[in-house]
Amino acid sequence: MFDKLDQIFVTALHWLVSYVPEMLRPVVSAMICIAFVMSVFPGVFALTTVLERKILGRIQNRYGPNRVGIPFTKIRLCGFGQFIPDGIKSLTKEDIVPRAADKVVHFLAPVVMLIPVLLAYAVLPFGKNMTITDYDSGLLFFFAVGGAVEVSVFMAGWSSRNKYSLLGAMRAIAQMVSYEIPLILSAVTVVMVVGSLNLSEIVRHQNHYTFGVAHWHVFTPWGLVGFVLFFIASLAESNRTPFDLPEAESEIIAGYFTEYSGFKFALFFLGEYLGMFAIIGLGITLFLGGWTSPVSFLTWIPSYVWFLSKLMAIVFVFIWIRGTLPRLRMDQLMNFAWKFMLPLALINILVAGIWHYMAADWQRWLVCSAIIFGAYAILGRGLMQNQNFGKRIYRYAE
Amino acid sequence: MLGEQIIKGMAVTARNFFGSYVSKDRLTTVQYPEEHLAQKENTRQFPFLVYDGDDWEKGLRCVACQICEKECPPKCIYIVKSKDKKPDYKGQPQIYPLTFDIDISVCMSCQICVEVCPFESIKMDTKFELSTADRFGGLLLTKDKLAKPNSYYQEMHPHDAAESDAVIAAEKAKAEAKAKAAAEAKVKAEAEAKAKAAAAAAAVPIAAQAPTTPPPTAK
Repeated sequence: MFDKLDQIFVTALHWLVSYVPEMLRPVVSAMICIAFVMSVFPGVFALTTVLERKILGRIQNRYGPNRVGIPFTKIRLCGFGQFIPDGIKSLTKEDIVPRAADKVVHFLAPVVMLIPVLLAYAVLPFGKNMTITDYDSGLLFFFAVGGAVEVSVFMAGWSSRNKYSLLGAMRAIAQMVSYEIPLILSAVTVVMVVGSLNLSEIVRHQNHYTFGVAHWHVFTPWGLVGFVLFFIASLAESNRTPFDLPEAESEIIAGYFTEYSGFKFALFFLGEYLGMFAIIGLGITLFLGGWTSPVSFLTWIPSYVWFLSKLMAIVFVFIWIRGTLPRLRMDQLMNFAWKFMLPLALINILVAGIWHYMAADWQRWLVCSAIIFGAYAILGRGLMQNQNFGKRIYRYAE
Repeated sequence: MLGEQIIKGMAVTARNFFGSYVSKDRLTTVQYPEEHLAQKENTRQFPFLVYDGDDWEKGLRCVACQICEKECPPKCIYIVKSKDKKPDYKGQPQIYPLTFDIDISVCMSCQICVEVCPFESIKMDTKFELSTADRFGGLLLTKDKLAKPNSYYQEMHPHDAAESDAVIAAEKAKAEAKAKAAAEAKVKAEAEAKAKAAAAAAAVPIAAQAPTTPPPTAK
C-alpha cells in the first residue's frame, strides 16, 4: 500500500499518457512533467517567501506576517495566505524600462534567468523513479545549465544602464565564478566514489543500510566536508546572506535587478528562489541521500516526502543563516573562496581517493578524519591571520 | 578555530527563534488593532471640550471668550459667540459658544489653547485613531464631537484632572464664599437697615409723642 502511495505520481503519469496515441506519448509525458515542476516548485517558492519572513521575525522576536489567510473569510492560517496579495501586487505593478536601457536585453534577462533554472530540474530525482530525464551525465548537465545563470545576471546588469545594476552584476559574476569552483570540486568527490554522473545512480548508491542507518555520503569524512563546502558554495551561488553582495540592498539598492519592476522583478525573484531550490536539491541528491530515508524503519514514508522535507529543512537553515550572519566584504568573500574553500576542496578530493582505495575498516576513518581536520585547522588559521577581531581602533577620528 | 563564533551566533538566533514560541515575554511587538500599548500619562493628541454633569449642552465649561482662538498658532479653532446667556457652574450667567470647531488636520497639538484657557474648559485628548474617508468634513470636529465629560478626563489624565478640579472647586468655593459674604452683608445690611428703621421708628414716636405728651406739671 505504501509502495503504491510512493509511486502514485508515476502511475498517474503512465495512466494519463496511455490515453494519447503512441506517437505523441514522449511529448505529452514531457509536458505533464513540466507542468508538475512548474506548479510544485513555484508553490514551494510562495510558501518559502512567507516562511522566510516568519522565521526571520521569530529570530528577531517578532511575529512576522500573521494576518492574511484565505481571502473573504476570517481564517488566517497564521499568515500563510500572504503570498497571494504579494503575488497580485507584484504582477499588477507598473513595468518600467529605463529610457537609456538596452530594451531587448533588458526584456530578455529575466527570461534567460528562469530558463536554465527550470532546465536544471529536469535531471533532479524528486523521488523513486521520479526523474524527468534520467540523464547519464546529469550532474554535468546541471552544472552546465547552472552556468548560464551568470549570463542573465550580467545581461540584466549591463542593459539597465545603471551604476548600481552594473556594480551588482560585476559582483555577482566575480562571486559566482569563484564559488562555482569549490561547488563543482566538492561534487567531484561524489562522482569519484560512485563512479557515475547519473543522479539517480548516485541516489541508488546511498540507498542501503547498515545497522538501520543509511549510507549517505554525508556520514563519511569526505562527504561531510564535501557537503559543508557544497552548502557554503550553494549559499554563494544563490546569492544568499552572508554572500548577498550582488544584491546588497544597503549598498547598491538591489544589485543587478535595481531597474526591474513588476512582473520582471517577480521573475527574477522566482528565478532566484527556484535556483536555490535546484541547488539544494542537488546537494540533497549528492550528499543527503536524495529521496532515501535516513533510517531503515522509516522507508515506508513516500520518497517525494523525504525529498521535500529535506529541501525545506535546508531552506530553514538558509533562512537561519540569513537571520544570523552579516554580509561579507568583497575581499573577505574572495579570500574565503580562494584561500580556504578551494584548497580544502582539493584536499577533500585526495581524501575521497584515499577513502576509496583503503580497506573498509576503522583505519580509513582515522586517516581521512585526521587529514581533513589538520587541513581545516591549518587553512582556518591562515584565513584568520592578520585579522583584528577585537575592538576597532580609529586612528584619525577621535 | 574557524567557525566557532558562527556556531555561537547561530545558537543565539536559534534560542530567539524557539524562545519566541515558548515565552510571550520575548515578543516585543504588540498586535496593534486588537492590542494597545498603555499610553503615557502625558500623552496628547488633539484638544476636546470638557463638560460637567450629564448634559453636554448645559454643562459645557466654555464661555466663548475666544482666547484660544486668538492664541492658536495654526488658527485651527473657530468660535461663534452666542447672543443670549446661560448660567455656568457657578450659576453666573455667561455667554456660550454657538459654534466651536477644531480642524484637526490643521491642529499641531501644541497645547497652547489648554495653557491659555482660564476656565479649564479645553483639554488634550489621547484618541489617535481618527482616520476618516472624508478628509475635509471628517477632520473638522464640531462642538458635539468635541464635548466630553469631566469623568472621561479624570480617567484619562487623573493627575491633571485633579488639578483642574481643584481649581474649579476653589473658584466655586470663592464664588460661594463671595455669594455668602454678599448674602450675609445683605442680611446684615438689611438687619442694619431694619434696626435703623426700627430705631428711627422708635425715635419718631418719642419725638412725635413729646409734643403730644402733656407736661405733667401743666394741671
